[in-house]
Amino acid sequence: MSGPTSVSTGRASPVTLSQPAALQSGTAAHQRRRHLPLGLFGLIGLLLVLELVPRIGLVSPAYLSPTSEIVKTLAGEVGRPSFWIAVWDTVRSWAIGLIIAVIAGTVVGLILGSVGFLRRLTSSLIEFLRPIPSVSLVPLAVLLYGNDIRSKLLLIVYAAFWQVLIQVMYGAHDVDPVAADTARSFRLGRLALLRHVTWPTVLPYFMTGVRLAASVALILAVTGELVIGAPGLGKEIAIAQSSAAIPLVYAYVVTTGLLGVLVNLGARAVERRVLSWHPSVRGEVAA
Amino acid sequence: MLEVRGLRKVYGGHGRTVEAVRDLTFELKAGELACLVGPSGCGKTTLLKCIAGLLAPTSGEVSVHGQRVAGPPADMAVVFQEYGRSLYPWMTVGANVELPLKEKRLVRARRRQLVTDSLAAVGLHDVENAYPWQLSGGMQQRVAIARALAYEPQVLLMDEPFAAVDAQTRADLEDLVRSVWQRFGITLLFVTHDIDEAVYLGERVIVLSASPTVVQHQVTVDLPTERDQLATRSLARFAELRAEIYQQIHQAKAASTADRLAAEALA
Ligand SMILES: Nc1ncnc2c1ncn2[C@@H]1O[C@H](COP(=O)(O)OP(=O)(O)OP(=O)(O)O)[C@@H](O)[C@H]1O
Ligand SMILES: [Mg+2]
Repeated sequence: MSGPTSVSTGRASPVTLSQPAALQSGTAAHQRRRHLPLGLFGLIGLLLVLELVPRIGLVSPAYLSPTSEIVKTLAGEVGRPSFWIAVWDTVRSWAIGLIIAVIAGTVVGLILGSVGFLRRLTSSLIEFLRPIPSVSLVPLAVLLYGNDIRSKLLLIVYAAFWQVLIQVMYGAHDVDPVAADTARSFRLGRLALLRHVTWPTVLPYFMTGVRLAASVALILAVTGELVIGAPGLGKEIAIAQSSAAIPLVYAYVVTTGLLGVLVNLGARAVERRVLSWHPSVRGEVAA
Repeated sequence: MLEVRGLRKVYGGHGRTVEAVRDLTFELKAGELACLVGPSGCGKTTLLKCIAGLLAPTSGEVSVHGQRVAGPPADMAVVFQEYGRSLYPWMTVGANVELPLKEKRLVRARRRQLVTDSLAAVGLHDVENAYPWQLSGGMQQRVAIARALAYEPQVLLMDEPFAAVDAQTRADLEDLVRSVWQRFGITLLFVTHDIDEAVYLGERVIVLSASPTVVQHQVTVDLPTERDQLATRSLARFAELRAEIYQQIHQAKAASTADRLAAEALA
């Protein structure tokens, strides 16, 4: 088994939304770890090339700073409070937006996923709203909130909400009918059914949704700052660019990249812990 | 104590209607162990779901203790055909067995005791902290049975529980069901498509016809109460009962084929 495996039991779904991204299989994760040294070589190679290309004049240093310069600039920035304030601004709006999106997406997803009538009622509406790029809401956000943090949040929440909603909806729809019948035959109440059967079924989907939402939310946080000028790393990039401080631009770009990596690693670690019983994770123990 | 009257179930929707069960009437006395046999697809699972209150009949009714079944009755447990899917992989074996007891609001000590006792009753020890997927198929099936027993039902429905286990495990589980039934004095309806199994286990065998499903025949199994895989199965009476049921099923098939031919000729 390699590549993503579907956690769904393969029952056909009447909803015509595109299939949600599934969990990475345990074996794939395992292989990735084994190939880490090789991946590291690739990264080092890229950094070397990026160091050399501006130095030998293939690309003007006015567009691309050598790696060493970026690192030096970044090291300098790390010592300044303004850097950390920018990081904090970005991370805070990311976290707030993500939490709102996750809660809203989960609640709505659970309801739509378990009530067939509501799902059919809303499916075309969702298909219409979901592909609207969050960025196209920038004018609306600015109109409503100016360059306040709320503008940023609007973009983040809109983009991240769908990621969670779609996954949770599929998860809630994927509850095994035998598992549900078993629960009913033992007279489990609505709440107990949700807690002991529906929620554990949804959990793998939910984790995937949160992981996707976390990445998307970060992208939208930085985009919002860049375009709207809300405080954060994106705004710093824009300022550095307009004052032609090229290494500084790259230093901030690298920072956002590192944030993204951290977000993804964190989400995966949580996923592995929470889903230790799931076939995609428990296979890893045997491998 | 368990009555099924004129039960009919038609599945509709998705552009096709299926008459799973046409007209079933039979009755189980308190403490009786009856086996239900019928060919695959004749509606055994459907019937069980109607009895368990999981499925509303199209017409007719089911009553337990003289009370009409509208939802899952309080003192009934079901062991499903797909035992693998009926155990929750996110819970340990112990938690799986304990979950229905929590819903019954039993105190913790009592729950622990029921879990341990019922797992011991099905011959499972030291598996409480394992996950269902760490067990073999036969062990999983026993966990499903233990969960039903821990629930302390008065009526137990079992749907082809041994379809997927090997012959030896199957024999063991059959004896287990007999001993559990005797020990706990429950009313047990056991669904199978295996005639031998039905005769070996049951005090009575209810034979269902092929679709359109009706009760084809009922046989009282007048074998000794103490049954033994080798001795009982080699009794002359066992062979007779088996032959009688086999013949009934054979006739049912012939009749339904003749019916269909006649209907086609008319059309
Ligand atoms: N949910 C459903 N929707 C539509 N038709 C169904 C449904 N469940 C069962 N049926 C149909 O009803 C008939 C009886 O099915 P059922 O599962 O009750 O048979 P069974 O006797 O339990 O078979 P088996 O011995 O193979 O388990 C079959 O023709 C089946 O196709
Ligand atoms: Mg069946």
